[in-house]
Amino acid sequence: MTLRFLIQKEFLQIRRNSFLPKLILFFPVMIMCVMPWVMNMEVKNIRVQVVDNDRSTQSQQLLHSIEASRYFIFGGQQPSYQAALKEIETGKTDVALVIPQHYSRDLTKGSASREKNGAGSNSAEAQPALAEGKGDMTQVLIAANAVNGTKGSMGGAYLSQIVTANASPNTAAIQSKLSSLFLYNKHLNYKVFMIPALLAVVMMLMCGFLPALNIVGEKESGTIEQINVTPVSKWSFILAKLIPYWLIALFAVTVCLLLSWAVYGITCQGPLWLVYVLAMLLALFFSSFGLIISNYSDTMQQAVFVMWFFIVCIMLLSGLFTPTRSMPSWAYATTYVNPMSYFIEAVRTVFVRGGTIMSVWRQILALGSISLLMSVWAVLSYKKNN
Amino acid sequence: MKQFISFVIKEARHILRDKRTMLILFGMPTVMMLIFGFAITTDVKNVRLVAVTSQMDHETQAACDRLAASEYFTLTATVPTPREAELLIRSQKADLAVVFGKNFASKHTGIQFIVDGADPNMAQQWTNYAMGVISNMQGSLVNTKMLYNPQMKSAYNFVPAIMGMLLMLICAMMTSISIVREKEKGTMEVLLVSPVRPLMIIVAKAVPYLVLAFVILVVILLMSRYVLMVPLAGSIFWIAAVSTLYILLALSLGLLISNIAKSQLVALLASAMLLLMPIVMLSGMMFPVESMPTILQWVSAIIPPRYYIEAMRKLMIMGVGIGDVMREVGILLGMTVVLLTVALKKFNTRLE
Repeated sequence: MTLRFLIQKEFLQIRRNSFLPKLILFFPVMIMCVMPWVMNMEVKNIRVQVVDNDRSTQSQQLLHSIEASRYFIFGGQQPSYQAALKEIETGKTDVALVIPQHYSRDLTKGSASREKNGAGSNSAEAQPALAEGKGDMTQVLIAANAVNGTKGSMGGAYLSQIVTANASPNTAAIQSKLSSLFLYNKHLNYKVFMIPALLAVVMMLMCGFLPALNIVGEKESGTIEQINVTPVSKWSFILAKLIPYWLIALFAVTVCLLLSWAVYGITCQGPLWLVYVLAMLLALFFSSFGLIISNYSDTMQQAVFVMWFFIVCIMLLSGLFTPTRSMPSWAYATTYVNPMSYFIEAVRTVFVRGGTIMSVWRQILALGSISLLMSVWAVLSYKKNN
Repeated sequence: MKQFISFVIKEARHILRDKRTMLILFGMPTVMMLIFGFAITTDVKNVRLVAVTSQMDHETQAACDRLAASEYFTLTATVPTPREAELLIRSQKADLAVVFGKNFASKHTGIQFIVDGADPNMAQQWTNYAMGVISNMQGSLVNTKMLYNPQMKSAYNFVPAIMGMLLMLICAMMTSISIVREKEKGTMEVLLVSPVRPLMIIVAKAVPYLVLAFVILVVILLMSRYVLMVPLAGSIFWIAAVSTLYILLALSLGLLISNIAKSQLVALLASAMLLLMPIVMLSGMMFPVESMPTILQWVSAIIPPRYYIEAMRKLMIMGVGIGDVMREVGILLGMTVVLLTVALKKFNTRLE
């Protein structure tokens, strides 16, 4: 019974604040409408400039196939490698392709002998190789701006595929026999990858930051004293703080799922209730975590900084942006205690890959136990007397 | 002047007394540098591979061995039908399946890769690598040269971005909160009736944060040079100069927020959600600006860290001269002037 009044008090407090109700209403909407467009690590629009020292039919064909490729924006030709490098430095282009002087001649001459030579020396710098020119097969040089490593390596890989296909019909034949099928996401739409992860971001920001500010806010304004002198038990006090955030989370998840269907036409492939179960468990974790931090902090500023620090670490190490398996082993080890990484893995399996309870029961179990542990801690860390 | 110094000391004490915030302020750059430098990578490695073949003949075996021997893939299972491979991928026990056609050895029928497309970038990279291994096209024909970042480490991309984010966070968020807190607690009244001019009070508040920002800047630069082994290719002088300009900009932004916000909660949420989120999302820190829709590209054009991060990437990593970043520096300078004028104007009218 006291619980009901306490919950009513929490809702009144939220409603009376001029800013919070608007935040709760518009934040999920804003996140869902803007973020899928932003969180796009798709590599496209790679700009290429070509230094054509050969000017033969073959090199013209190469230029045309680059122009036709949907990965590249052809940025024109440059007279020399130095000029192209300058363009990269000023940020006008991403990749420069240098076709050596006797490209076409060497290809017709070398196609037979290259078979025997096999993979020759590719360690040598390209410039001297260009200068020597004569004896061996000269190399096509691809210089990519690799400050953004993914972009550089993917641009380089696609460009070298095009060049190889152009240069030797042999490899082109092998390439044509290889085909690939992308499951679950045929058009390689980045939004399909990011929308389930956005659920986690919404849970994290709403159910993490608001509780973190809650108790410490009461401490700063002094109202916590009034609770401390009432016979309200620890459990019902913390529970009354948690339940509103659960309801808010439930609301936010529903809004997110509806928007993902209405705006992007992306729907859940697996059973929907699993997504809700996962989201509620994650909400439990983050709201307990927020309350724990709130209990230990003295000022709002402290609470926010500590929360922010943990959230950034949890988020970056969860596999939200980059695959966990690419991490070094010490970082990979942290994912075993990172609830977010269980959530991300499970929600992507259910939402994108259409997995069932059988595919994600381990993650649910792990997420559930971590969340329960945290909520018990949240209760224990609340002390009525200093 | 003496009064001014005592105000600075008072403000410094405020900061130093809060041990937990101090810990976070210095712990955060360190941890973030480590995470971004080492853990956030999109390297292709430990990719779990499933071979789908009805009979394991000599050729199939050779192809599988070649894939498994490469540093990118680990062969986890061999199943007879694509359907079973798909189930393995769905339950996250594999990432990539290689399907060999019937009679692969005798007829040289094709190979199909079935890829978990949930992560589009990685899916494409896995396929590229697997195709490369199978067709063995790393021949001598093409020489790919990765400029500025030969090992393709993500740290090169992220160090300038972390600088942009942390400096903004420390300067804008902390100054605005510390001013609003004085207002909320009522101590601002006490300060304003002291003989020091109101503007001086605000400047005195900003000075310790300015110093703090410089210390953190030095920490980040030292860490990136000696722990992450990111070279400082450009001139240190210009890196410091552009950073100073950026810190001033962040301080004026903090001043502006503190003039508008009435309570700590609003100041916090305003700086966290209106400042931090757009910075992380729209500044090109993680997500390249050119992949965004045009409207968002316009929005990102008014976000100061975007220009700072661009300028730092060029100065630090690519090592170009100051002449090539004139555009970015010019925009930052313009933004600083505008923000500072608006903030000071608002500040004066508020007091009267």
